[in-house]
Amino acid sequence: MNPYLAPGLVVVVLLTVAIGAYGLRFARTTSDFLVASRSVSPSWNAAAISGEYLSAASFLGVAGLVLRYGVDVLWYPVGFAAGYLALLLFVAAPLRRSGAFTLPDFCQVRLRSTALRRLATAFVLFIGCLYMLPQLQGAGLTFATLTGGSYAWGALVVAVVVTANVAFGGMRAITFVQAFQYWLKLTALAVPIIFLILQWQADGRPEVTPPPGAVFPAATTVVIQQDAVLDGVRPVKEGQELHFAAGAPVPEVSTVDAESGDDWLLPDKGGLFSTYSLILATFLGTMGLPHVLVRFYTNPDGASARRTTLVVLAMVGLFYLLPTMYGVLGRIYTPQLLMTGNTDAVVLLLPEAALGDGHLGRLLGALVTAGALAAFLSTSSGLLTSVAGVIFTDVLRPGRSGSIRDFRIATLLAASVPTGLALYVSDMDVSRVVGLAFAVAASSFCPLLVLGIWWRRLTDVGAIAGLIAGGGAAMAAVLLTVLGPPLSGWHAEVVGQPAAWTVPLAFLVMVTVSLATGRRVPPDVGATMLRLHAPEALRT
Amino acid sequence: MAVDDPPPRPRVTVVLADAASRRGAADRGSTDLTEQTPIGEALVKGLMRAQLALALRLALVVAAALGTLPLLFAVAPAVGAVKVFGVHLPWLLLGVLSFPFLVLIGALYVRWAERNEQDFTALIRRPER
Repeated sequence: MNPYLAPGLVVVVLLTVAIGAYGLRFARTTSDFLVASRSVSPSWNAAAISGEYLSAASFLGVAGLVLRYGVDVLWYPVGFAAGYLALLLFVAAPLRRSGAFTLPDFCQVRLRSTALRRLATAFVLFIGCLYMLPQLQGAGLTFATLTGGSYAWGALVVAVVVTANVAFGGMRAITFVQAFQYWLKLTALAVPIIFLILQWQADGRPEVTPPPGAVFPAATTVVIQQDAVLDGVRPVKEGQELHFAAGAPVPEVSTVDAESGDDWLLPDKGGLFSTYSLILATFLGTMGLPHVLVRFYTNPDGASARRTTLVVLAMVGLFYLLPTMYGVLGRIYTPQLLMTGNTDAVVLLLPEAALGDGHLGRLLGALVTAGALAAFLSTSSGLLTSVAGVIFTDVLRPGRSGSIRDFRIATLLAASVPTGLALYVSDMDVSRVVGLAFAVAASSFCPLLVLGIWWRRLTDVGAIAGLIAGGGAAMAAVLLTVLGPPLSGWHAEVVGQPAAWTVPLAFLVMVTVSLATGRRVPPDVGATMLRLHAPEALRT
Repeated sequence: MAVDDPPPRPRVTVVLADAASRRGAADRGSTDLTEQTPIGEALVKGLMRAQLALALRLALVVAAALGTLPLLFAVAPAVGAVKVFGVHLPWLLLGVLSFPFLVLIGALYVRWAERNEQDFTALIRRPER
């Protein structure tokens, strides 16, 4: 095992707790806990939003997908970044001006409906849990892959650290922690990639897709994960060890879905429905993620919310340049992952595989692992803060006398469900679940926010109907994908990537039902629109 | 008491009238806004329309530039096979160039949206112009 690994991970956890404790000195009131008293500067806030956003799916998953499927999955990072552009164009400034702290708050401010507020709360809790589960799973799998320890311990350690940090420091502390973790994650990918590219140059720039097929760069032992057939002829058993010499061709394993040669290098001819569905889900889903919206409240006004979003877009875009290169270099240096199917580990294993197990390779390996830990910690902290905030205000309903103790109870409640699920469900596909969370967010909160902000004639009944139709359909598709039997043919595409039909459905139902219930338009919609759109300077 | 009044009276009335008329001119727009007069409604609608048109135009630019790529690669596979500096075009477009492009669009939006708001504020503050 890598001797630098344990110290690196301990340093990250200690720094997280220490920065959280430092932030605690400033967190005195409930308002400090929930919204950092709205006094966070734009650059800190932007780094914090980016740190919170770049999850395990971004840090590990994108590189793994690129390694496996090639150019077609580049839409994931593009969409994850472009989501912030959609947020900037349609939502950022008006949402900040609305004064809403959570999505249910926004429903209340805009449509004055308690029923809608409850429904929105249910969606926030569903999306929050759906998004947090893969973070904890990713943490468990990383621990298991690197240390040989148990999956449950990895998931549990991250869950406990995050819960303690949120419960004792609240969002004020989280802001500093998240900002630190953005820079840690960027460094953890940017520094090793320099050495990796230099190594690739020194190796004589081996081709990523050599015409005869991928070869092992060094002697490798592969443990087969499932009964399968190699290259269509040679059957192998689970647990069987295969030895390959350096330069031997990499066989194709029948149970592992991956692309090779030109399929990997060039865009697919078919699959347009899935591609556009993915684009729609990621472009429009970001604005509906509960932990993203909550951060906008910490900006002092609408104009600074816009500027913060722009900085976030730049920071997130800068980060996403890196995982693609890990996926590409993984084709050369870690082709055995294509045989085991454990492609999410490419970022973690690449430094040692390419640079050897000397001090440099091991140090860089520990660095990327520390970055991965930061990814789990920051995203789950942000999710937990926002889900706990919603439980605090909408489920516990402490009224004006809400105390910090109640917020801590809410945090424990919010953490218990995904932690329990993560301990018992370990075989769900990490990056797929994250994509589904985006699809649910895009088919529920995106139409609600966009129509709520820009369309005066939206009614509470219309919003409820749209949420149930679009969001409900996406939820059903998620549950079917995760729990149901494997599907094939066009069913699989329609259910596995539902956004292309659930997003238009949600918009359509919301508009039609609102027009049919036109008399229910809130009488004060003019005043609300003024508040959402007029610059703060005009307020008296 | 007529005897006590005369000295301060002209000054007081003039000052009050002056201040009232000045404030009225400056605040008429804000009052229109907060009291939801038809003029106020129209002003807010105008701002919303300007901001929405700006956002939709830029969204359309992104949809035209990025959104048509999957279709283009599917319809004309030759485009996907073009190499620039030894890298296939789709990798370069999606993996590298799309990010600065998104930031550029975002920067343009922030600039123009702020200008819309400044115009709106100027309109409210100086309704006589």
